[in-house]
Amino acid sequence: MEILQLAFMQRALLAAVLVGITAPAVGIYLVQRRQALMGDGIGHVAMTGVGLGFLLSTNPVWMAAAVSVAGAITMELIRAYGRTRGDIALALLFYGGMAGGVMLINLSPTGSNANLNSYLFGSLSTVSEEDVTAICVLAAFVILVTLGLRRQLFAVSQDEEFARVTGLPVRALNLLIAVTAAVTVTVAMRVVGLLLVSALMVVPVAAAQQLARSFRMTFTLAVLIGTGVTLAGTATSYYQDVPPGATIVLLAIAVFVVLTGLAAPLARRRARAAEPAPAAACDVAVAGAPGPADDDVRVGKP
Amino acid sequence: MSSEPARTEPVISVRSATASLGSRPVLRGVDLTVHGGEVVALLGANGSGKSTAVRSMIGQVPLTGGSITLFGTELKRFRDWSRVGYVPQRTTAASGVPATIREVVSSGRLSRTKLRWPSRADRAAVERAIGLVGLADRAKDSVSALSGGQHQRVLIARALAADPELLIMDEPMAGVDLASQEILASTLREQVAGGATVLLVLHELGPLEPLIDRAVVLRDGCVVHDGPPPRAVGQHALPGHDHVHPHAADEPLRTGLLT
Repeated sequence: MEILQLAFMQRALLAAVLVGITAPAVGIYLVQRRQALMGDGIGHVAMTGVGLGFLLSTNPVWMAAAVSVAGAITMELIRAYGRTRGDIALALLFYGGMAGGVMLINLSPTGSNANLNSYLFGSLSTVSEEDVTAICVLAAFVILVTLGLRRQLFAVSQDEEFARVTGLPVRALNLLIAVTAAVTVTVAMRVVGLLLVSALMVVPVAAAQQLARSFRMTFTLAVLIGTGVTLAGTATSYYQDVPPGATIVLLAIAVFVVLTGLAAPLARRRARAAEPAPAAACDVAVAGAPGPADDDVRVGKP
Repeated sequence: MSSEPARTEPVISVRSATASLGSRPVLRGVDLTVHGGEVVALLGANGSGKSTAVRSMIGQVPLTGGSITLFGTELKRFRDWSRVGYVPQRTTAASGVPATIREVVSSGRLSRTKLRWPSRADRAAVERAIGLVGLADRAKDSVSALSGGQHQRVLIARALAADPELLIMDEPMAGVDLASQEILASTLREQVAGGATVLLVLHELGPLEPLIDRAVVLRDGCVVHDGPPPRAVGQHALPGHDHVHPHAADEPLRTGLLT
């Protein structure tokens, strides 16, 4: 296959696999905490990092990592000590991050909106050797945290109050989830782009949930789906000349739709296997009770 | 029991505790002692401060005054959380991602394993806890497929997974079907027979009544009764139990006293 012989495609495919693993691996904890859109917020903040990278002529990946980690920690602190206006504070952070990115990149001598575009929507063909090194290091951190501490992170995301009463360092673990999510955003930035990062954190998890009954199964399936769609999307973008980020996200959504279609009959079969189905109708007639025909709940039905 | 208070060192000791939620005082000087092996019910109407009282005992609500000790250690310095099993007031054990009964109950064991890998003994303790609440055959099922009573059983198994000496339960009988209530009562009976100390927040004594040694009744953040459980003359005949509904006429009076 010629696709594997080209150096830039090798880099692209390696980056794609790492993103396919890490994004759902972190995303599952965010979905569990019902913070599915946190990745999107971090993506906005990371733009300031990209802008800073251009302005200071350093690697934008490392700069974006630093700024999004700071942003994620701020978001977690707002959530933990959240007063009623927490959502306004978050909005300020998101839009400030985005506007800051656009401003900084235009101030920098080397940056232009075209450069910014490649970070917003991903640009696999321009992934450099240096980027790949950064992505590998960051991805290793994410995999280590999300797998190594899965029991602790599961407990904290499942029921935070209970986790505190077990004596776990809940505040530290919450911050760790936020930092890991921020790192993942920068890993995925070059592949799917900052605006579509969150999709890859959430959609594979949502798709996996349709079939899985356990956390472990959801985790495994989500990572498999994530890796599958990033590889397929990267290859498709090479052969068909379509943008990789958009291709990957649309593929993930297609997987979600197909699995949702499969899930309904499967769930019904499982329910039947789990316990004998109760009789469809009550077998004891209550004197004077209205029959189903004159039950007013059903009036609307023909 | 109160007739022999010096029998053991108190497991829970609350002295003149005051706490507020926002600017509203919820506890206004609560004294409460629970001795080893006792089963104490904390009773009271909605908004009387029962939940706040137990949540302050596990460090989830900061006190504005007074003190709390657990097993003789001041709460701030208490680290031995594996001795405490906590059942929060919840209607569900599920979250945003599917999880099995075994996975949820396993997280209760973290008070012993902390950051280390679970051993064979830890896994056995989890299975034992699931068995205690009668869900052994469903350990691999998703918690989202359970009934309300089964959810509560999962939450109790999670608290039991660490083999705690003290169980603190916040309304464990709320929304629980009759079959599950009986299983919960028998689980609790076994724990008490094994020497566990239990503090329960209850809305009414119900099927747990025979187990309870002592009842503490809260009203507007103050203890108004501490002694033998009030004999039920019908479910709502508890002292201080003026069962306040959201639409009740005396609602303004209650807040008026506090502000």
